[in-house]
Amino acid sequence: MSGGVDSSVVAGLLRRNGGSVVGLTMQLWNQRRLPELVPEGGATGRCCSLDDVYDARFVAQHLGIPYYVVNFEDRFERQVVRPFIDEYLAGRTPIPCTLCNNFIKFDQFLDLAAGVGASRIATGHYARVDWNETTGRFQLCRGLDCAKDQTYFLFGMTQEQLARTDFPLGGFTKPQVRELARELGLPVAEKPDSQEICFVPNGDYAAFIDAYFRERGIAPEQTRGEIVDTDGRVVGEHGGVHHFTVGQRRGLRVAAGEPLYVIATKPETQRVIVGRNQDLLRARLDAKQVNWISIAPISGPVRAQVKIRNKHEPADATLSPTSDAARVEIHFDEPQRAVTPGQAAVFYDGDLVLGGGWIE
Amino acid sequence: MRYYFDHNATTPVSAAVLEVLVPALLEVYGNASSIHQDGQLARQKLEIARGQTAALLHCDPKELVLLSGGTEADNLAILGSVRAHSRARKHVISTAIEHPAVLNPCRELEREGVEVTYVRVGSDGVVDPADIRRALRSETVLISVMHANNELGTIQPVEEISAIAREAGVLMHSDGVQAAGKISVDVKGLGVDLYSMSGHKFYAPKGVGALYVKNRTALRSIQFGGKHERERRPGTENVPGAIALGSASQMAANELLDESVRVVALRDRLERGILDRVPSAGVNGNTVRRTPNTTNIYFDGLEGEAMVISLDLKGFAVSSGAACSSGAVEPSHVLLAIGLTRERARASLRFSLGRSNTESQVDALIDAVAESASQLRHLSPTYVARS
Repeated sequence: MSGGVDSSVVAGLLRRNGGSVVGLTMQLWNQRRLPELVPEGGATGRCCSLDDVYDARFVAQHLGIPYYVVNFEDRFERQVVRPFIDEYLAGRTPIPCTLCNNFIKFDQFLDLAAGVGASRIATGHYARVDWNETTGRFQLCRGLDCAKDQTYFLFGMTQEQLARTDFPLGGFTKPQVRELARELGLPVAEKPDSQEICFVPNGDYAAFIDAYFRERGIAPEQTRGEIVDTDGRVVGEHGGVHHFTVGQRRGLRVAAGEPLYVIATKPETQRVIVGRNQDLLRARLDAKQVNWISIAPISGPVRAQVKIRNKHEPADATLSPTSDAARVEIHFDEPQRAVTPGQAAVFYDGDLVLGGGWIE
Repeated sequence: MRYYFDHNATTPVSAAVLEVLVPALLEVYGNASSIHQDGQLARQKLEIARGQTAALLHCDPKELVLLSGGTEADNLAILGSVRAHSRARKHVISTAIEHPAVLNPCRELEREGVEVTYVRVGSDGVVDPADIRRALRSETVLISVMHANNELGTIQPVEEISAIAREAGVLMHSDGVQAAGKISVDVKGLGVDLYSMSGHKFYAPKGVGALYVKNRTALRSIQFGGKHERERRPGTENVPGAIALGSASQMAANELLDESVRVVALRDRLERGILDRVPSAGVNGNTVRRTPNTTNIYFDGLEGEAMVISLDLKGFAVSSGAACSSGAVEPSHVLLAIGLTRERARASLRFSLGRSNTESQVDALIDAVAESASQLRHLSPTYVARS
């Protein structure tokens, strides 16, 4: 329970169905760390803020369910925050939510829940799980509310995790969920939606990385360097590769005849490569550490729609197996803009999530 | 059915205390500083209560400042005595296993330019007086060492440390919040100048406590207002609270010996039962020098937090570490200070017994702990790797 509308409604629905329910909130990040990032007046509206825990506790009391806050700070830092920073410094654009889902929420948190006697966990994700008799597999499907669908962040889920997880909001739209919150009399019914990355204030991840290094007394990796165009000509300077992501336009401060975009970042040479919009188009990519969810690992080419970032419209593509079972080659029918290393490529067949992997 | 094994956190108000508290709330409403008879009645009841509380500590009632509880007592003792010293350079000695109500006033003094030494303790959780002696400096003005530790129950050699303080001409404070009402306390015998106690740790309500201030000890107020409590603690006296504290003190003094014999037997039964039934478990800290009601046990490979939740859902209240502001559990600074790894500190539980506990409750708790531990270990990758 995050203290937000979605997980509160989940608790309310489970309670209404007469189940034995225990509310748990993960304490993931100490909001009083990195005080330079905390705006005047405190850190409300971000994960693990005291206000959010207060709200979650209030909802649990309202529903009459036992409620606990469990401390995952050490594990979150080790398995989400540090890899998140390392990825940026390596010139990739990470997805901390997926790391959290894979290594914290549907792993250690699921175990903790089982350990205290909860046979299943439920979360407020907009996604659906079905059991397919024919294939003998749990299938992951997109949430009915396309705008809210969160399956992009869930591609790492295993069969065992899906077997023990419920997503009660998968069949609802966000407005319906708010309506349910009002119906259940939940005190958080009108609370605004939360931000994208819970531990990074105002979405300024580069400022977070800089502050994190200052706190640890480590000089940030000296990542200043040159901005070069696709022909290798130096066109400007930048303050660190971790300030840039593929497809980004703002913050380049380079005068040019036409709009320039980041094509790639090269941490080994500290270079940011810029080019025109059309230079961002790619027809193929390799996905690594592929996890298959709704189907068995493929043995030949398979047609699918592939989503390469959360806000991307899935694009028609052919998936081909490689000699490495965990690696899949993806050929798009039409070249796609800004294929970004570190993001996920998630494979769909309509609403069905076939699987996904990390873009190299 | 709820079984309460967290008496070091707080205790329920006893029926006997409630019997005097409720009429006091109704009838003793006067302001103890007022001239009229309503005020005089309140003053009289207040002084009787002060006398009963003083008797528990074996001090003169005039040496007892009644206040809101252990935190205020520690703040007044530490800030008040150090600020009353006029010299320019000041040094304070405390220990790494103190309660935050002592550690944080010390940090506040550090911000004011006072130097503080936090003496380390051994793995048994008991301070070595020789370490206190070594920490002494010519500028030292105060030594503050707790009487009994809240997490481990370990009893500190306060008497020996007081002798060192006296010899050096340094004030001695002891935080007795976890000792008063549980073990016999004689502030004269201990030789302390300042001693903190709190009512809710021994069946009085929250919000009332006392600080023993030895006759002629210089103390500067830390709050400012009226001339209450011999100008040491302003604010209208909490007379009903004091009456409850006095009643609880009297009861504790009367029952101390019998109750500690009874509770020790239960505590030892619990400890043996758990260690017999649960593998890779052991007791943290000294098992001889400790309060009769406390045991702190590690369960290697387990998360103490998960154990607390699991036991709570089965009806048993126990504790693990310290709650941070969100309510999540942080590894106990006391367990880290006695040299436990972060993992073992996180894997430790505190059981603190009290009047309500019986043999059958203890046996039920042993069963529940064994069951929870095996449920959690079944799932714990760290334990599987180690076993």
